[in-house]
This record gives sequence, C-alpha cells and structure tokens, in this order.
Amino acid sequence: MSTIKRYAVVRQEGCVACGSCADVCPRGAISVWHGCFARVDVTRCVGCGRCARECPASVIHLEVRR
Amino acid sequence: MKSRHWYHYLWIWSIIYFSLGFVNILFAWLGLINFCLPLLFAIIGGNKLFCNRYCDRGQFLRFFGSQAGLSRRHAMPAFLHSTVFRVLFMAFFFAMFGSALWTTWLVAGGVASVQDAVMLFWTIRLPWEWTSTAAVSPWVVQFSFKLYSLMLTSEIIAIVAMLWFRPRAWCTFCPMGTLTQGICKLRNKKG
Repeated sequence: MSTIKRYAVVRQEGCVACGSCADVCPRGAISVWHGCFARVDVTRCVGCGRCARECPASVIHLEVRR
Repeated sequence: MKSRHWYHYLWIWSIIYFSLGFVNILFAWLGLINFCLPLLFAIIGGNKLFCNRYCDRGQFLRFFGSQAGLSRRHAMPAFLHSTVFRVLFMAFFFAMFGSALWTTWLVAGGVASVQDAVMLFWTIRLPWEWTSTAAVSPWVVQFSFKLYSLMLTSEIIAIVAMLWFRPRAWCTFCPMGTLTQGICKLRNKKG
C-alpha cells in the first residue's frame, strides 16, 4: 500500500504573517520568519493541511513530494 | 503547536476591555496597549509576535472561530487581502485615529465640546450617558469615546469576517498587522 506524501507550500508574497498556521501546526513545521511571511520546514512537515485550512489569506497549498 | 499556551486565553482580555468600557468609558484608554505593543515588537524585536501570539483580538477570533467552531470558513475574495486594499484600509483607519486625536486636541483647547457618545461605524450613535466622567478633563473623556468607538467598530468588522470567512480573516487587513509587517519587511531589507 502506498500513500501520497505531501507538504505545505506558502505563497510568501501574499502572506500577511498573522501566524495562525504556526498556531495549528502539530509538528512546529511552520513559522513566521522575522514578521515577514510564513516559512515551512519541509523536513518536519507531514502535509496534514491544517495550516492551509486555517490560513485566512489562502496562501498555503499542499504539493506532492517527489 | 496544538498544545494550549497561556496566550491562548488572551481572548478574555477583549471581553474585559469592552466590558470595562461599557461600565466606564475611561477604560477605553487601555486600548492604546494594542497600538503600542505591536509597534514595540516590530521596532525593537523585528517580529510580529504580537500578532502571532499575544493579540487579544487574534486569540478572540481563534477561540470563537476555530476552537468553538463558529466560523463558516468561506474563502476570502482575493481583493480583501491584496496589498492595495490592506494599505488603503490602514490609511483609512489611521486617518480615523488621527481625527480622534484632532478632536481631542480641539476639546483640550476649549474649541469644541465633548461628544459623549460611542459612534459605531462613525454614523450610528450609541448613547453612553451612564458613565460618570465629571472628575477628569474633557479631552480625556473625548479621546476615550473616540478610541472606544474605533475599537468597537473594528471588533464588529473582525467578528463578522470571522463568522463568514476564516477565523483570523480580520488579520489579513488589520491596520496594525499591515503596519508591523511593513516595519518588519523594511528592517529585513536593511539587515
């Protein structure tokens, strides 16, 4: 059985740096970089999509790992 | 992270603030905390930790929208979180804040008399006559009414946005958020 592995990607120019993504991330994989935009640590991200669901500006989407 | 932190309870401060202002309008001055703290974080720390963790309104929206599940979570129209709209909204809000300072100045100089009413959306007059403000200078009272009006108006916009859009929808066009993010971006360009 194979599972599709995903990770979160932030469109940084549209990010408002509110930090709601960092607040819901269960792995601490996303953080707001110096108050400018959110940044994903792809080594920690498990692609659960909670940040994407919470982001008010809808700038986070999931991509398939290659 | 999923675990609860002390700052997740800061939404209680929003309720305390608006309740105190209801009892005595002079408590509206405490709203200046929400103007000063994010600026201090941005200017000194170069971060948006205030927005990210310590903003009582942000926590209020998170608690009722996300934790209590009151948000319908519709996607926001793109223009509402576009840079142009954010900057215009910030300019409008700071113009209104400037107008509050201006009327306070006029009252302090004895040119104008105190408007003792909370104005919702700058047009709907909410009479606030039960608060006794005789003991303080008229300009202190004037600024209280103006600041409370501004805070209440923006809180209502924030709650409506939270109910219909995502919980933290207000944060996309919050004037303080736009300003502090601008400061942080400038700092990082230089550094």
